[in-house]
Amino acid sequence: MAFLEFQHIRKTFDGFPAVDDVSLEIRKGEIFSLLGPSGCGKTTLLRMCAGFERPTEGRIILNGKDITDLPPNQRKVNTIFQSYALFPHLTIFENIAFGLRVAKRSEAEIHDEVERMLKVMQLKGHERKKPHQISGGQKQRVAIARALVNKPEILLLDEPLAALDLKLRQRMLVELDAIHDEVGITFIMVTHDQTEAMGISDRIAVMNRGKIQQVGRPNEIYEAPTTSFVAAFIGDTNFFVGQVGPADHGDYCRLKIEGFDRVLCYNDKRLKPGQMAYVSVRPEKLRIHAERPEDDPRLNLIPGKVTDVIYEGGRTDYWVDGPGGYRISVTRAHQLFGLDEAPIEWNQAVWLSWHADDGYMLEQYREDDEELLRLPAAPEAGRLAELPDED
Amino acid sequence: MKTEKFQSPRVLEALLTGPGLIWLLVFFLLPTFNVLLISFRPSTLTGGIGEGWTLETFTQLRNPNYPLIVFRTLWVSAWITALCLLFSIPVAYCLARAPARWKTRLLLLIMVPFLTNFIIRVFAWKVILHPEGWVASAFIAVGWMEAGTQLLYNVHAVVLVSVYTYLPFSLLPVYAAAEKFDFTLLEAAMDLGCKRLEAFLKVFVPGISRGVWTATLLVLIPNLGAYVIPDIIGGHRSMMLGNIIARRLFSDRNLPHAAALSSLLTLLVLVPMVVVIFVRRRREAST
Repeated sequence: MAFLEFQHIRKTFDGFPAVDDVSLEIRKGEIFSLLGPSGCGKTTLLRMCAGFERPTEGRIILNGKDITDLPPNQRKVNTIFQSYALFPHLTIFENIAFGLRVAKRSEAEIHDEVERMLKVMQLKGHERKKPHQISGGQKQRVAIARALVNKPEILLLDEPLAALDLKLRQRMLVELDAIHDEVGITFIMVTHDQTEAMGISDRIAVMNRGKIQQVGRPNEIYEAPTTSFVAAFIGDTNFFVGQVGPADHGDYCRLKIEGFDRVLCYNDKRLKPGQMAYVSVRPEKLRIHAERPEDDPRLNLIPGKVTDVIYEGGRTDYWVDGPGGYRISVTRAHQLFGLDEAPIEWNQAVWLSWHADDGYMLEQYREDDEELLRLPAAPEAGRLAELPDED
Repeated sequence: MKTEKFQSPRVLEALLTGPGLIWLLVFFLLPTFNVLLISFRPSTLTGGIGEGWTLETFTQLRNPNYPLIVFRTLWVSAWITALCLLFSIPVAYCLARAPARWKTRLLLLIMVPFLTNFIIRVFAWKVILHPEGWVASAFIAVGWMEAGTQLLYNVHAVVLVSVYTYLPFSLLPVYAAAEKFDFTLLEAAMDLGCKRLEAFLKVFVPGISRGVWTATLLVLIPNLGAYVIPDIIGGHRSMMLGNIIARRLFSDRNLPHAAALSSLLTLLVLVPMVVVIFVRRRREAST
């Protein structure tokens, strides 16, 4: 049963919809992430949950109780702010004790609870310091302690790791997970960082333009995106544009892509022949061959020329110029001893193949989303050509 | 030119602060000291300063009227400061939260009246509060006041006009602090269970304490030495230290006595300042 429920939430600012008819069910005890580019409405949704904003339409139900119109101080929900928002004039101890003091708890109780939090968050010895005297990671732990000491039913985290540097971010992610395991309360996290969301969440809602694009477990969202936006926003992918052709092999269909020989695709979206469609193929689903592989009816095969090779030890990233002017990203993991095989090199003619099941057919995305969806910039062919040969 | 002299930051520092320090020494510190010295001189009948040294002026300070006037000066200044802060803090809050395009306009609206000459503004109040002025007439008409009651020439009128005059001096530093305040802290406080007003008092007011202290000094100190407003608005029944000094100087022509009172006033100003600085230092040292 849903623990927290958003029912047809709409929120407009000056007539502009920030959140547009969002319905979501969040289960008790899970880590749920709202993921999307900036301005997609994820933070607005979180702020409505905390009570800082009122939805223009729709209801929010927490544990069977309608909390839509409750002010923040009457919700059993606490927030970790992106900037942590620690009170600069209070010591770490008093920061953590703040909620308990407001609730007029006894001095002994406050002391015990805060001491316990200090211990759990490994902040012993810092309790008399002021926020500006501790590190970023410690500040975040204070923010978490200050929220958890009130025993909220839900902890809201607004870009909790954005203010930390990369190393600390990875450590805090593990720490957040451990804290979640220990306290067992529901976490709702807002983030624009897909690795963060994928790494820690039980489920993710991908948002764009105020709407939910897809809700699911991280691997569902990665492997089976329902929209081309999700496919591009989560991880990297190659898109090929084509026209849906006749059905083939039952649920599969042919796709006419300019310059490609023939492409077979799994048509789970039931796109009709004649429709324009995108097929998304993840870089690691593509295989790169030096020789033309044997024909297989389920295998799609295209020729190409390697334009860039980036060796990263555990894997190699290739950029391949395919037919139809496509610049294709291919990732190859090195599971076997890598020195035995002849390496694929720059400018080499190669074949790329992918299984019909691994191409994901999606409707076209909106043109104005293009900026958000662009693949990591490949080096421009023209600029490379200008560089003098080193050898 | 020997450039190496300027390479030492200390030399450069001394050269840059030097003119200002000399100015303060010659035109502020030395005269203040001179005033203190004069208070130990005897007065002459012609209004001059006599030869030799005496403690006579300080025995004259045991005037039975003086404790009341000193107390009134302190009390009235404290009230003015408190009221200025009471008005400034909420206004600064609203200003800081106002949309950016409104901020400058609103600040201008507050500042523009103060382009008018100070004396004219004080006299304007005299017209407003005059027994036949519109305020008195309105009060009498509504029945809040009996005909013939004076609104002018009492301590309350002095407080009113002084608060009006000094409001910008308290508003500006408080606003400057509020402008830098991180308003997510208020959301955090409400998130942790505070009601709106509680969050305001527990988080916003301590958050702008620097501005509040500055405003306190900026309003309290000039009011301890106030002369014009008590003279024009207050009349003889609400005389303050500043008025007594002026009277000793211009009417009695007793320079040493006026100097002694001045020194007393300087002390009165110095004490709150030193206390504020001390408290601030302690606070900053503890953080």
